[in-house]
Amino acid sequence: MREFGYQRADDVPGAVALLAADPAARYLGGGTNLVDLMKTGVEKPALLIDVRELPLDRIEVTGSGGLRIGATVTNSDLAADPEVRRRYPALAQAVLAGASGQLRNMATVGGNLLQRTRCGYFADTTKPCNKREPGSGCPAIAGEHHNHAILGASAHCVATHPSDMGVALTAFDAVVTCETADGPAELPLAGFYLPVGDTPHLETALPPGALITGVTLPPAPVAATSRYRKVRERASYAFAIGSIAAALDVQDGVVRDVRLAFGAVASRPWRARAAERALTGGPATAEAFAAAADTELAAAEPLPHNGYKVALTRNLVVAMLTELTQEAVR
Amino acid sequence: MALSTSTTITLAINGEKHTLPVDNRTTLLDALRERLDLTGTKKGCDQGQCGACTVLLDGRRVISCLQLAVAAEGRAVTTIEGVADGELLHPVQQAFIELDGYQCGYCTPGQICSAIAVIEEHAAGWPSAVTADIRPEAGPPPLDADEIRERMSGNLCRCGAYVSIVRAVAQAAEAAWQAPERQDSRGGSDAAASARTAATA
Ligand SMILES: Cc1cc2nc3c(=O)[nH]c(=O)nc-3n(C[C@H](O)[C@H](O)[C@H](O)COP(=O)(O)OP(=O)(O)OC[C@H]3O[C@@H](n4cnc5c(N)ncnc54)[C@H](O)[C@@H]3O)c2cc1C
Ligand code: SF4
Ligand code: FES
Ligand code: FES
Repeated sequence: MREFGYQRADDVPGAVALLAADPAARYLGGGTNLVDLMKTGVEKPALLIDVRELPLDRIEVTGSGGLRIGATVTNSDLAADPEVRRRYPALAQAVLAGASGQLRNMATVGGNLLQRTRCGYFADTTKPCNKREPGSGCPAIAGEHHNHAILGASAHCVATHPSDMGVALTAFDAVVTCETADGPAELPLAGFYLPVGDTPHLETALPPGALITGVTLPPAPVAATSRYRKVRERASYAFAIGSIAAALDVQDGVVRDVRLAFGAVASRPWRARAAERALTGGPATAEAFAAAADTELAAAEPLPHNGYKVALTRNLVVAMLTELTQEAVR
Repeated sequence: MALSTSTTITLAINGEKHTLPVDNRTTLLDALRERLDLTGTKKGCDQGQCGACTVLLDGRRVISCLQLAVAAEGRAVTTIEGVADGELLHPVQQAFIELDGYQCGYCTPGQICSAIAVIEEHAAGWPSAVTADIRPEAGPPPLDADEIRERMSGNLCRCGAYVSIVRAVAQAAEAAWQAPERQDSRGGSDAAASARTAATA
């Protein structure tokens, strides 16, 4: 590991100023992703600015009935929060489905959104990888890609974003708030992750040097009837091979409101807007759920070894919406 | 600005203050094992993937191999060497011995530190990924085998002693309910009491 300086930031402007002064500096949250990548040599910061002591560790109900979640709130505190569990249960479930109890105690909201892909070539500095070294190639396309993207990928990178939390936040229209040298800024999560294109190394629309200060969830009554389901290769403590955050409001058999987002299928949490449009105002039946899933997945471009994700995601849509419909009836 | 790449830190480890200079690259795990001779905490994967290095930081379980020592400055660390009360073993230690919660013992310090925190997290009302109804109104779920398996999933055991580990954690949780004052304060006895009611309901 390269040697580095360490400084604990006391306030938000101070943290931003420290980073602005050194382009080779990085913010340190829980360190569960950054320290790992520093050990393997993927990340080589010259200075770590520890943000864990910043006063960004609160979860507050907003005037309109949404939630404001601070960037340094740990994943554990987020999942245990009564308001999160009551208003956005799929968010608490998504966080609980990620990593382990120990890691969730360390990991922060800001760090979770910015965690890097788990593509094995990205983590292996002896291999080419366009995301790590622009222009070096993407060995995953002809190699190991059984857990890579089926939607929104490009010929330059087919990696997925590994966050579970981000999938639920995407379903609920979260807005990322940040602080830059020029003052505060806001970015809807829907536009936070950049399209892959030929620049897979550029992952977010966050202005350079920006510190994430939190995430705001607009009020969403439909979210109170929501769930997260994750499929993985072992029962726990593993990344998703497919996941879904779903919320549904059904009245008299008709879909009034629906939110759907998929995980482990793209370089970002995938909001299934085409499926949502197909469902809204229509019947809450298994046939309609399957047809809506097919509408969304028509754009899928699976690789030789990840085609199973198309069927898996379709099945997740039908199963989750069926369960939520039954819940609404009860 | 050329910042120093080493820092003098103070950690309260098992109730005792230690001040030491560390290279900023040092993980808490390596500081404990290599610098302070506290070799009870084990290194398995060094990548956050096995839980062997689990310790309590300010009372919460963490992975010490991904925790930089410098970032733990000023905080309280409890390792396996510090969980007993003098000669009196912690109820979780006692349960692991009585129920054979280990084979080779390599993962055991991490399992025990993790289990201590699992019992407290549950008493504080935290849900898990297998909790059927996570709404706060539903109250904490009983700490049954499924809940224990999920909550302990961050600790792998190469020997596969899982069956007896789950039994040991269940027994220790039972003991903690019977003597809530023995628990470290976090969570409080009200939460412990409601968890008890839920478990026996
Ligand atoms: C074994 C293992 C299993 C895991 N399993 C899962 C899983 O199943 N699901 C899942 O979703 N995740 C999983 N994770 C990933 C884990 O959730 C992330 O590592 C964690 O959320 C990152 O948060 P952190 O605070 O530790 O980030 P850090 O590692 O501290 O930082 C990550 C990145 O974010 C930047 N950063 C941090 N905070 C800020 C901020 N406030 N503003 C701007 N930039 C910031 C850092 O500079 C860095 O680039 C797993 C991790 C491990 C090690
Ligand atoms: S999929 Fe992306 S991250 Fe993986 S090797 Fe290809 S370019 Fe790198
Ligand atoms: S040694 Fe830390 S998790 Fe394996
Ligand atoms: S007892 Fe041997 S690794 Fe768990």
